[in-house]
Amino acid sequence: MSIAHRAEIQDLEDTFSLLTDWGDRYRFVIALGREVEPMDPALKTEDHRVYGCQATVYLVPRVRASQNGKPTIIEFLAEADAAIVNGLIAILRKAYAGRTVDQILEFDLDGLLQRLGLEKNLSPTRRNGLHEMAKRIRTVAHRHAAPSSAA
Amino acid sequence: MHEATAQPARLDVGRLRRDFPVLARRVHGQPLVYLDNAATMHKPTVVLETLDRFYREYNANIHRGIHALAEQATEAYEGARARVANFLNAPSAQEIVFTRGTTEAINLVAASWGSANLGPGDEVLISHMEHHSNIVPWQLICERTGAALKVIPIDDRGQLEMETVDALLTDRTRLVSIVHMSNALGTINPIETIIAKAHAVGARVLVDAAQSVPHIGVDVRDLDCDFLAFSGHKIFGPTGVGVLYGRLELLEAMPPYQGGGDMIKDVRFERTVYNDPPHRFEAGTPNIAGVIGLAAAIDYAVSVGLEAIAAWEAELLDYATQQLCEVKGLRLIGTADHKAAVLSFTFDDAHPLDAAMILDRQGIAVRAGHHCAQPVMDRLGVPATVRASLGPYNTRSEIDALVRGLEKVREFL
Repeated sequence: MSIAHRAEIQDLEDTFSLLTDWGDRYRFVIALGREVEPMDPALKTEDHRVYGCQATVYLVPRVRASQNGKPTIIEFLAEADAAIVNGLIAILRKAYAGRTVDQILEFDLDGLLQRLGLEKNLSPTRRNGLHEMAKRIRTVAHRHAAPSSAA
Repeated sequence: MHEATAQPARLDVGRLRRDFPVLARRVHGQPLVYLDNAATMHKPTVVLETLDRFYREYNANIHRGIHALAEQATEAYEGARARVANFLNAPSAQEIVFTRGTTEAINLVAASWGSANLGPGDEVLISHMEHHSNIVPWQLICERTGAALKVIPIDDRGQLEMETVDALLTDRTRLVSIVHMSNALGTINPIETIIAKAHAVGARVLVDAAQSVPHIGVDVRDLDCDFLAFSGHKIFGPTGVGVLYGRLELLEAMPPYQGGGDMIKDVRFERTVYNDPPHRFEAGTPNIAGVIGLAAAIDYAVSVGLEAIAAWEAELLDYATQQLCEVKGLRLIGTADHKAAVLSFTFDDAHPLDAAMILDRQGIAVRAGHHCAQPVMDRLGVPATVRASLGPYNTRSEIDALVRGLEKVREFL
């Protein structure tokens, strides 16, 4: 994890640690979601639809291929029609968006969500699409992993 | 009959609630307000004890054993069949097939009766308000046999457009498979009329009674249906057990659904002779404990009184409808003249998932989504709804808690 990445995640954890009440945590998650940029409607295609969610969720991964020795970066856009899910997307973006393949594959998302008190939101039985989104991004990362880091 | 016209004894809800241990628990520190009864109902102590006693005292496989435990288990299992037949007013216990639930019961009819009775040009008629489990099995068998699937439309209030039925029923209609009470909207359909019309063109009728059995009760002789399916867990029973009622002459003519033990009379490599119904359709060791638990659940429902349950739920539905209509920005989806126990709604711009998650944090259990009835949602122009579904143990104060919970949702969004 880069220093900037680490600081951003630490900020998030610090803020959450001050929010002891579920209501405050949900309000914060919803507020984070409001900052997610709306997705171009043209990208909301069947291919980008994330199923297994009670909200309508679209996810568009983008890969910036490695150039001049710089590592491959995974970007993604995502948007949901439910406010809490959009907030979870914002958190997922902090963890994964603009990161290198290795950073994504190394990142302990379960651990982060646990520290944020949101771990139940990642369980595959919770049908809010977060689990499925995380899986898709990791699949893209795996596909672009160098042979040495694929293991 | 005096009994039929007499007012049912009023339900003592406070006393009834004590029969359900789970209702005493707290969720996220709040008292549980369980309004997801259309998904599954809670189990009274008597059902839990029946399951426990089976495993502790007479657990054995049925039909084959010679020993005392096997006989006791077989008696309880077959006794449960008789109990279910009696409950549905079926002429014979042979007409009761135990399945995993409503879904398997419908799949059984589609696969077995469908493969023997459907061909190219034949038609199966369902409605626009079916649960996916009464859509997909017919799509599968229609694809395999070349039959066509036709759909009775619904109006904006979520009622069948009955005036279309006559035209949709043709001399090629082989089967009408219709929901008695909608899980997504609560609409109660005039199935007696549909059954009579279907029979007039020589079609068979399957009734999906998953929601109606616990809330309004059914009588297969009164309905004059050919098949009827319901699930144990929606009427105080265990999950994983359900019932298919089928007219005996139809079941007798149907090929097996699955092969295995218990469904055969004689197995040779050259030729196997299948058992008679209902055993022909119960391959393998069935859900013995579940079946015995279902009988206990039915006994419990009958002892509480199905009419008393229906009367209380109707009163509560009226109260809830009034209260929810007072909530600003709330729109009820499904406002049929005849409905029971279900309040499906949208709320301001709140996504149903957000509303349900925020209600959950307040201890209020509702369902959000399309309720496995996507075509209904599409027809009514909403991607999803919040659904509060009532059971006999729900109270007015729980409806009030839901209303307060929704006001809280508004603060968030």
